[in-house]
Amino acid sequence: MTNSRTQAEIVRQSLKRRYRKERRFRLYGMTAIAVALLSLVVLFTDIIGKGYTGFIKTTMTLEVVLDGEQMYLEDPTDKDQISMADFQAPIIAALQRYFPEAQSRKDVRELSRLSGNYASNQIRDLLQAQPERLGTTQTLEFLVHDTVSVYVKHADNPAYSIRLTEQQQRWVDELVEQGVVTTSFNDVFFSRGDSREPSNAGILGAIVGSLLTMLVTLVIAFPTGVAAAVYLEEFAPQNKLTDFIEVNINNLAAVPSIIFGLLGLAVFIGVFGMPRSVPVLGGLVLALMTLPTIIISSRAAIKSVPPSIREAAEGIGASKMQVVMHHVVPLAMPGMMTGSIIGMAQALGETAPLLLIGMVAFIVEVPEGFFSSATVLPVQIYQWASSAEQGFVELASAGIMILLAFMISMNGLAIWLRKRLERRW
Amino acid sequence: MNSMNTAAMPAQNVSEKVAKPVIDEKPETAVITEGSTVGQPFADDPKFKLRNVEVFYGENPAIKNISLDIGRNEVIAFIGPSGCGKSTFLRCLNRMNDSIDICRVKGSLMLDDQDIYDPKRDVVELRARVGMVFQKPNPFPKSIYDNVAYGPRIHGLANRKSDLDDIVENSLRKAGLWDEVKDRLDATATGMSGGQQQRLCIARAIAVSPEVILMDEPCSALDPIATAKVEELIAEMSESYTIVIVTHSMQQAARVSDRTAYFHLGHLVEVNDTDKVFTAPDHQLTESYITGRFG
Repeated sequence: MTNSRTQAEIVRQSLKRRYRKERRFRLYGMTAIAVALLSLVVLFTDIIGKGYTGFIKTTMTLEVVLDGEQMYLEDPTDKDQISMADFQAPIIAALQRYFPEAQSRKDVRELSRLSGNYASNQIRDLLQAQPERLGTTQTLEFLVHDTVSVYVKHADNPAYSIRLTEQQQRWVDELVEQGVVTTSFNDVFFSRGDSREPSNAGILGAIVGSLLTMLVTLVIAFPTGVAAAVYLEEFAPQNKLTDFIEVNINNLAAVPSIIFGLLGLAVFIGVFGMPRSVPVLGGLVLALMTLPTIIISSRAAIKSVPPSIREAAEGIGASKMQVVMHHVVPLAMPGMMTGSIIGMAQALGETAPLLLIGMVAFIVEVPEGFFSSATVLPVQIYQWASSAEQGFVELASAGIMILLAFMISMNGLAIWLRKRLERRW
Repeated sequence: MNSMNTAAMPAQNVSEKVAKPVIDEKPETAVITEGSTVGQPFADDPKFKLRNVEVFYGENPAIKNISLDIGRNEVIAFIGPSGCGKSTFLRCLNRMNDSIDICRVKGSLMLDDQDIYDPKRDVVELRARVGMVFQKPNPFPKSIYDNVAYGPRIHGLANRKSDLDDIVENSLRKAGLWDEVKDRLDATATGMSGGQQQRLCIARAIAVSPEVILMDEPCSALDPIATAKVEELIAEMSESYTIVIVTHSMQQAARVSDRTAYFHLGHLVEVNDTDKVFTAPDHQLTESYITGRFG
């Protein structure tokens, strides 16, 4: 009796210790999750706080008189005259109607710097398309200069006003008050390629470039990776050679991505003479980079198909090929797809290898095909983030948000596919 | 193939070299002599003629020099303690061991006087003739219809949809499952009960019209009622098929089989009519096992 009582006592005491241990362990876990969540919140607040202004554009609506004499333009169909004409003049004239005192050379220069660099092009394009408009009065909406845009969007922060003179600031305040300068949703950002002028730059070029590149990556890496995995897992004999291949594939998955860029530069450009900066090249390099990930996850998916299903098919007399194609691959497909999509998401965010193959070029046009020069989202973000203008910093943050949205939707798709295709046995 | 069965030695010659089975005297001690089997290991009209069969996993022998005939349309039960090699031996009969790299099979294994392990022999054709039902029900994660139709489809047994429908219906009827599933042939097979799944697996095996059905502990995952149904099914099928069943349940062996083979540590100790094995076994080890002294 005494013996059992002491034993119960010992157990009770050790219980206390055990529970304490468990509580402590749980605390560690919760702390870890809290730290992770906190850094995520900080990151997102920072990006969104800096980037939301990237989704806002600042424009001014002016009534411009398209006076031929003022622009030194008599015939808008004449190419020589077009190239010589001064299309900035009507904008300055329109602004001078608000500020009649601005007549000196310096004032005019300051006034002209309120409108965006490409505002005059807008008038040129209009007149080229519709020459009969010469001499009429038009109400047009111009993008303002980047400095003005930043000043308007951050009216409460004096740090953003240093690039405007005091006189310019006064003018802009006046124009905002009169409703000439307004802010609205930045459709330019979603409909154009890169530009030297932040307010004129868009992310569409990079989005299209990324999509084209990803398409090439998918088309090359997925079938190759799945085929390699199926062969290694189902058909390859177990010997030194396959062991060697397996070790090498696992190693490749850990190779820094820039090495793949060097490979692309040396082989695809150097040996095969492919053009630089094109989505096909980027897709090839990223496919090489993604291949090990796809092979490894596909092999894991194939391994997880229960042997009973294989035996069942073999027992009825299915050939090796039929067992693999009718049963193993369909059952492993959700796993293979999830692995591939995660690999693709990784490739989508990859910058380093693309820098080496020239996808870092300044490209204004939205790419039209697999062989037109293009850039991709992360490279575009990198370029904007390394620019000096505040307008580009905003765009970089906005671009990061777009990239994150892409990745979240890709991962969401992976989870959805897995849930959808997963079968129970 | 890993097996080495030389065509140089015809089966008839081999059988003469086998030690004559001891029939009359009951061995006093529980000693097993390699290659000696007491009882009646041979049959008049054998479907399988197996001589001096040895199976190795790497260097370890799993089956030690077994000779046995399996008669046409006979139900033979393999019993024995765990790890005695009965499943391994069963899986040699349709070369299911092929997929295990380290497994080697020696000796002469003949199905209707054709060598099972002939390197030129097509294993697909063999398995179409020798079907198999496994320990755990393993239906494909597809519809009930597709499970049964899979075999006929891959072997091209039905050219028209109506032929396939007939095969599926007949197989399900023979497996005693038709009335339970005829209204939900499109339902997924994994949603059925364990007993139904196992009978579906039997229907799937029947659908390719095999000559032999191998059953590896088909009822070990089933409840008594489902077991009774499967056993009933075996009794019905014994009219048209040769059935080899591995079982851990001696009652089951006694209920369903014509002959019973007792395996022990890779040896085939005794083969006799089931009644005899369970009432008056010839070998002391058999007696010890069926009376529950070990196993």
